[in-house]
Amino acid sequence: MIPRHQTILFIVLLAASLVMGIMLWQLREHAHRQLLDGADSAPTHAPLVAPSEEATLLVANDSDGSMLTQVHALPLPQDPGGRARAVLGKLLDLYAAPDASHPVPGGAGGVAQVFLLPVPGNATTKTPRGGEDQDSPQLAVVNLTGTFAANHPSGLETETLTVLSLCGTLHVNLPRVTQVRFLVDGQVRPTLAGHADLTRAYLAAEAVPGEGNHP
Amino acid sequence: MAAVRNHLYCTFLALAAACTVAAQTPPPPAPVAPARFVVVLDAAHGGDDAGAHLSDNQLEKSFTLALSVRLRSLLGARGFQVVTTREIDAAVEANRRAEIANHAAAQACLSLHASQSGTGAHLFVSSLSPAASARFAAWKTAQAGWVTRSLALEGVLNSALGHAGFNVTTGRTSLPGVDSMTCPAVAVEIAPEAAAGKKGAQLDDPAYQARIAEALAAALLEWRAEARQP
Repeated sequence: MIPRHQTILFIVLLAASLVMGIMLWQLREHAHRQLLDGADSAPTHAPLVAPSEEATLLVANDSDGSMLTQVHALPLPQDPGGRARAVLGKLLDLYAAPDASHPVPGGAGGVAQVFLLPVPGNATTKTPRGGEDQDSPQLAVVNLTGTFAANHPSGLETETLTVLSLCGTLHVNLPRVTQVRFLVDGQVRPTLAGHADLTRAYLAAEAVPGEGNHP
Repeated sequence: MAAVRNHLYCTFLALAAACTVAAQTPPPPAPVAPARFVVVLDAAHGGDDAGAHLSDNQLEKSFTLALSVRLRSLLGARGFQVVTTREIDAAVEANRRAEIANHAAAQACLSLHASQSGTGAHLFVSSLSPAASARFAAWKTAQAGWVTRSLALEGVLNSALGHAGFNVTTGRTSLPGVDSMTCPAVAVEIAPEAAAGKKGAQLDDPAYQARIAEALAAALLEWRAEARQP
């Protein structure tokens, strides 16, 4: 004979178990709906996408040692450093394509950073508000990755064309850039791949056909 | 007595006239030894610096040394005095190459290179801006005083290589060593005759190497002839 108080306790515990089971089921369904909707976890602001602008690239051609001007539309940030990196990245993407006229593996990742600095020794003028004069010449320091330099084909012409096309493309899109220096993984390196001198500052205008002294 | 005096006087006048005529007549030209014409051949790379990998079994340093040896023989046979920056597979620093060239006081300096990129021959002159020759020049930009002559030498090389059927491209570059040379200096980069996959001689073809050397020797002969023109 089961005592009466034990029967009552059993019924209460059974009822509590059923209620908790139903609650858990409902909570699970609710969480599942939230996951599917994604409403609560979605970012509140859409990412900013820079508008496409036209950029002029000086594309090297190994067959005749020339550089041809090509205009491409690509998203360009307003920040000059980011803009320079985007333009050079597009140029290196063209060189990494299978049918490239100047084949160089690596693509846009070959340029790690581009720093824009006042040209050393050049007296920079200041605006009345203390900002830098928008016409003062700039030195671009292009930091290439070690992987890009290591995989670059070795040769006088191919290395020269790479360096000059990078310099010329920078100058065409950022006219304030008058000089360009190169680093590899943040360090000064004697040559790109055994030939082209990377220890000197290049005059960017001389890399542009028809603008500088040199073809 | 007066007759003897007159005879002596006439003899003296005749001798004096003969001496005057002899003094005004230019002496026959003495045989002049031709001025030495020095060419510096700089085989790029060497030792640990292998340069470009031209193929599975050919390195740029070996190609340039072989071309230098072949060209030295051709030029020596044509009366040139040839100075080389290296004769063996050894590393030579860029500054040492320029020192050798500058001590030689050469009339032409060729820096020899090779690459699988492009086709034919690529000629490069220093990208330094031309400047007047100075007695004392900065080491890293010493070539500036010779750029004009280097461009003229490049033109002669371009003509000779083109005449020999090579596809030639020209350009300006900054090359350690060449920028410090005080002589007409041109960097010559040899590439395959045709692009990969197309019909044409490759760099490991001995006949192709011989044609290149012959064309370069012909260009230097032309350069010497131009230099000796009054």
